[in-house]
Amino acid sequence: MSSVIEAAPLTNSLTAGKLPRRSSLWVLLASWAVSAAVFAMLYLSGTVDGFNLVGTVVFGTVLYCVALYVLSRLVEGSRKAMDRLVTALVTAAFIIALLPLVSIIYTTVVNGLPAFLTPTFFTESQRNVVGGGGGVLHAVIGTLLVTGVATLISVPIGLLTAIYLVEYGRGRLARAITFFVDVMTGIPSIVAGLFAFALFALLFNDPGIRFGFGGSIALTVLMIPVVVRSSEEMLKLVPNELREAAFALGVPKWLTILKVVLPTSIAGIVTGVMLSIARVIGETAPLLIIAGFTSSMNYDLFSERMMTLPVFVYTQYANQGADAQSYVDRAWAGALTLIVIVMLLNGLARLIAYWFSPKLGR
Amino acid sequence: MSKRIEVNDLNVYYTNFLAVEGVSIVIEPRTVTAFIGPSGCGKSTFIRTLNRMHEVIPGARVEGEVLIDGNNLYGPGVDPVLVRRQVGMVFQRPNPFPTMSIQDNVLAGVKLNNRRMSKTDADDLTEKALRGANLWNEVKDRLARPGSGLSGGQQQRLCIARAIAVEPDVILMDEPCSALDPISTLAIEDLIEEMKSEYTIVIVTHNMQQASRVSDRTAFFNIAGTGKPGKLIEYDDTTTIFSNPSVQATEDYVSGRFG
Repeated sequence: MSSVIEAAPLTNSLTAGKLPRRSSLWVLLASWAVSAAVFAMLYLSGTVDGFNLVGTVVFGTVLYCVALYVLSRLVEGSRKAMDRLVTALVTAAFIIALLPLVSIIYTTVVNGLPAFLTPTFFTESQRNVVGGGGGVLHAVIGTLLVTGVATLISVPIGLLTAIYLVEYGRGRLARAITFFVDVMTGIPSIVAGLFAFALFALLFNDPGIRFGFGGSIALTVLMIPVVVRSSEEMLKLVPNELREAAFALGVPKWLTILKVVLPTSIAGIVTGVMLSIARVIGETAPLLIIAGFTSSMNYDLFSERMMTLPVFVYTQYANQGADAQSYVDRAWAGALTLIVIVMLLNGLARLIAYWFSPKLGR
Repeated sequence: MSKRIEVNDLNVYYTNFLAVEGVSIVIEPRTVTAFIGPSGCGKSTFIRTLNRMHEVIPGARVEGEVLIDGNNLYGPGVDPVLVRRQVGMVFQRPNPFPTMSIQDNVLAGVKLNNRRMSKTDADDLTEKALRGANLWNEVKDRLARPGSGLSGGQQQRLCIARAIAVEPDVILMDEPCSALDPISTLAIEDLIEEMKSEYTIVIVTHNMQQASRVSDRTAFFNIAGTGKPGKLIEYDDTTTIFSNPSVQATEDYVSGRFG
């Protein structure tokens, strides 16, 4: 045995230059500071009026991207520099995408909260209200009834269509259905409203017909393609092995679909249905045409006009009365109510998806 | 319980592509028959025709006849669902139903068919099937837990338990051990040895040691080239196939000189 002991290499060939931890945070703060200094000087020299905060952030961030790339390239090499640059760009894009959303929620909450918190807002309608006061109960009831019935009609139709397309449909008929579902996805909502209006006006020979159920039909036209599309994708995700396993046990096809395929995909289907509800619950145009607007309570879908929340927001803003400010306040509060309902529905969808999704028994 | 399978001149098609040509074979009751052969030679395609699982694939069809105790599977008016209740199948990848507990997986053949069953009967059947699949001792304390939480080998034995719970006459196994480790494979091979006394078993395998260990008779399938149909080359006692085959291609394949 040779006993030559070589000296351990002093450098590890796998190491590379590395910027210190949190250096990107410091570069960001430094970039903003530099940018702020530039804008402060512009302000102090009197070239512009006021300190430009938005400009500071935007130019500071651009400066940060450039500075971080150069710094990283010098210390860490081109691969890591590109990694850092793309990370910065992706994060910036995410924040930009989030800005309108945050802005909408902030504005709605700030403007809508005063009227939203009035004691009568959820207990009264707008009947005989001139000026301030009154509530939105008639519109909440209308929205829930119209959207609920639309869901009751379109979920069975849409789900069964999706099952046909995934499990049974072959050839020309299936292709035609897929094509027309895609076309229906693109129908402008006003067309759906006109369709429902024309349908019922002709059926009942009443050119001025307005009732809640018509609104449900209009929303159904908009909702079915969304339900079909989302359910179809979810059913396709169910592995074929599960279907074959059930067939091999001598289970007929319809029972396989009912007891294996649907339970496996139910979480995704429920999420899709909730998203389609969120899609139609804010529709204004079709409901304005066929459900009309009113300031009174109406629990009957099949007669008389029925108020819904989006239409409520529109009419409060469009037909301001004596005390204009209280109408605008109510419009904002109505919008806030709609957002709250959609958020509750999405929370419910998350819960249902959690309850029904297949569990791992570890 | 077990039945005799007789296949006469069977051609299997995917739409217009002839995948397996002219297979004639007789499988005796209470035996284990192994199908061996290179990939793509039609073993799996052929085994799926024995319980009409083949036609689940769109465009797939069959010419010829498959007789189980004299009844033609492909005769007019035959209900594939009834066929599959007599001829069970275990697949290559373990596929327990993810939404069901271990017990519900075992009882799937009953529950999915909407048949009512008293709780004691259900418990008895669960225990019998799980004991039959050598899984009872490992899962008896967690029957209500999801089947997807078991290991791969346990899942595969769960699938076997599920298949024998419907009390079929024939069990088809399409490479049941190819996704499993050697210990789970051994457990399943032991199981096949035990089940032989009650069922007719047909097994597709890529593992020639496995074929020689578990099977009584072996069928060698081969394919002449890409795009050509697979054919049954030789069918004989396993010892003959592995020691003294009559066809040169079989000898090349089992001795590893193939290719």
